[in-house]
Amino acid sequence: MVTSALFFLFAGLAIACALSLVYHRNPLYSAISLIGVFISLACLYLLLAAPFIAVVQVLVYAGAIMVLVIFVIMLLNLDEDKPILRLKYLAAAGIGLGLVLLVQTLFVFYAVLKTPNSVAVDPDKTVGKTLEIGKAMYTEYLLPVEIVGILLLMAVIGGVLLVRKMNPVEAEKVVEGEMEKRHLAD
Amino acid sequence: MESNLANYLALSGVLFAIGAVGVIYKRNAIGMFMCIELMLNAVNLSLVAFSRHYGDVTGQLFVFMVMSVAAAEAAVGLGIIIAFFRNKVSVDVDDASILKN
Repeated sequence: MVTSALFFLFAGLAIACALSLVYHRNPLYSAISLIGVFISLACLYLLLAAPFIAVVQVLVYAGAIMVLVIFVIMLLNLDEDKPILRLKYLAAAGIGLGLVLLVQTLFVFYAVLKTPNSVAVDPDKTVGKTLEIGKAMYTEYLLPVEIVGILLLMAVIGGVLLVRKMNPVEAEKVVEGEMEKRHLAD
Repeated sequence: MESNLANYLALSGVLFAIGAVGVIYKRNAIGMFMCIELMLNAVNLSLVAFSRHYGDVTGQLFVFMVMSVAAAEAAVGLGIIIAFFRNKVSVDVDDASILKN
């Protein structure tokens, strides 16, 4: 009973934060809403008896990734999105397509739930303990973990290569050209 | 137990759809990036729910992999956004139109 109440509390919070993420034009408000989604999902993981995933969710998503995103928003000093004046009908089409996607996803999940369940599950059995995840990670799933390590290394190299310094004279020229173009457009 | 799984899957589907609409709706690259993160999280939620339902640790291992990929994506994606901002002085995806002509 308590679990169910907590589920609906955090599910409502997650959906409200997700809607606010899409609704707000200011990227900083969107980022803060996204942190709300991450925290409520971490609470849901605790309800699902997965404490390791819950802690990693807060550390990696709400901690590392969102700090990076907010750092970039502050660094670039972004202002609010311009309102969409043209292609209004396309926004309606996008929302319609989103509804279609929602119905499809729910139908697939419904079909999954309807399939006969051959596995007998002990509801008290918890698999989310850090010890069990560590055991599985370093025995059965050793190769995928190594591959993920290489992927992260490549991401580090790619990040450094992407944001390396431009030639300052060239950078000045690019900025001036863009500003001039914008001036002409206005 | 059964209905519990259905609740979690429904929440996952709703969050995924909101994220997908957000990717279409948002115009600035950082907003789209955040909506993609939301979609990844919706999938993670369904994986953890299935892992709980079947008493199998594999689902949580998959969540771990998805999180690693998301971290790599954040590093490279934000690098691309900064490089784009340097060249265009904006993060509006409509400005990325060099290939158009």
